[in-house]
Amino acid sequence: MSGQSTYQPQGRFMQWMERRLPIGGLIHSSFVSYPTPRNLNYWWTFGGILSFMLGVQIITGVVLAMHYTPNTELAFKSVEGIMRDVNYGWLLRYIHANGASMFFLAGYIHLFRGMYYGSYKEPREVLWILGVILLLLMIATGFMGYVLPWGQMSFWAATVITNLFSAIPVVGDSIVSWLWGGYSVGNPTLNRFFSLHYLLPFVIAGVVVLHVWALHVAGQNNPTGIEPKSDRDTVPFTPYATLKDAFGLGVFCLVFAWFVFYVPNYLGHSDNYIPANPAVTPSEIVPEWYYLPFYAILRAIPNKLFGVLGLVSAIAIMAFLPWLDTSAVRSARYRPLYRQFFWVFVIVAVGLGYLGSQPATGAYVIIARIFTAYYFAHFLIILPILGLVERTKPLPNSITESVLGDKVAVPVATTGVR
Amino acid sequence: MATTSSAEPTRRDFLFIATGAVAGVGAAAALVPLIAQMNPDASTIAAGAPIEVDLSPVAEGQGIKVFWRGKPIYINHRTRKEIDEAKAVNVSELRDPATDAERTKAGHDQWLVVIGICTHLGCIPLDHAGNYDGFFCPCHGSQYDSAGRIRQGPAPLNLYLPPYAFLTDTKIKIG
Repeated sequence: MSGQSTYQPQGRFMQWMERRLPIGGLIHSSFVSYPTPRNLNYWWTFGGILSFMLGVQIITGVVLAMHYTPNTELAFKSVEGIMRDVNYGWLLRYIHANGASMFFLAGYIHLFRGMYYGSYKEPREVLWILGVILLLLMIATGFMGYVLPWGQMSFWAATVITNLFSAIPVVGDSIVSWLWGGYSVGNPTLNRFFSLHYLLPFVIAGVVVLHVWALHVAGQNNPTGIEPKSDRDTVPFTPYATLKDAFGLGVFCLVFAWFVFYVPNYLGHSDNYIPANPAVTPSEIVPEWYYLPFYAILRAIPNKLFGVLGLVSAIAIMAFLPWLDTSAVRSARYRPLYRQFFWVFVIVAVGLGYLGSQPATGAYVIIARIFTAYYFAHFLIILPILGLVERTKPLPNSITESVLGDKVAVPVATTGVR
Repeated sequence: MATTSSAEPTRRDFLFIATGAVAGVGAAAALVPLIAQMNPDASTIAAGAPIEVDLSPVAEGQGIKVFWRGKPIYINHRTRKEIDEAKAVNVSELRDPATDAERTKAGHDQWLVVIGICTHLGCIPLDHAGNYDGFFCPCHGSQYDSAGRIRQGPAPLNLYLPPYAFLTDTKIKIG
């Protein structure tokens, strides 16, 4: 349900504008009067945080692009020039690099929130799928961005990831040389990655618009998983959600700032401070932490084609979640059995991430295979069956009841805030 | 949203204003590096450091062109004729009045050091050209004399003088 049309433009200019391009009314109904479930917790602030991070990455990225040169002879030096010569260049670079990590951190938390509270269920399937598309776009953007400094990790990540496509039968090799623009990763590759890295964030922004639109059509989910039934179940977005988002953003930025100012290279790999050398592969190639779970899955499957398919399906399978989960109850709060499997899944996902950072030998391989099998089993076996056999807890009658308990009957005298 | 009107500002009002003020300060602070990064960076500033030019190869009547901070600079070893012509001009009739002494260094009046950018719209004037034994700008016809002063044409000002000093009689430092 979209907002009540209570917008009354103040001032002559807004009245004039509203008749011609009702952007004031749109903003008002979407972000001021928009009815928001009153029981949202802080896990719901990450959507706003993600939007903020997209803005940060675009702004710092555009500014960095004023000083970066996408040529194999000059790229590494131009990044060092940014770090050493450009005014505040070190700050902008560290914000952008750590910003990518924070972007993924917020994104994964946002995703896990959706999984826990059943935010992917009817009627939010398209909203969820748009989110999966956003994840894919983020992965592509982050990968290409990492190539740009043209360090050892940049170059070899580009080589490994583009070589994934050679697993495709018949046309694989043609696709790879098409991606490269040559016979190996080289200047054409770097140049086009820069162009696409600049482009994709704006594609992401467009899909975010669709994502928020789809959200506003269905309305937000909430921790109970039951829809708002009356005006008492919701509060206006501004000031409640606005300020909660702002506070959550503030705490998030503290974590962000801690990385940027105290340990700016902790999440990165020191080998990327070595200029790219096409003749020498580093002894341990590791992607950035946010790709590690998928990297672990790729390595766990001992067949080239199936390893690649495993990697791709590990992400793509998310899109099918609304149909794989057969439960009629949305929120894990009322699904005690699912809740346990959810946390096991989180541990498996984080575990896969750890395994991705370790060498693919010995016990690591065995455990990675077990975890990979469990990862897919969660989606393909556990979720479908759970919905059919689980005994869920009784749902509350309304959101207000879940918040206020038995004191629902007496209307509380408010101080006028609608 | 409607709030009850009260004579005293409420705690909520204070919190709103305080939060808004901090956010405003934060936004302004965030803007500083974003704007400052467009200023010349350290390597550009270092590349713009003063240069030394050896004048001994420049014979009387010759001129050379050097670059400093990306700007072309004419260094002319003026002939006696050019010097006398420059000194003989009636300064009060000039569009941009300046004596020849003001445009050269004392004891070194045979050396003219000017930035070779036309003060009209920025083209590089041709040296030893025009009706005044000076410079001629082919873009719009501005003519400068042997001291680089505007005499004819649309340019409003004399050719600019870069900061320079004589280290020895045959070496100058520009910048």
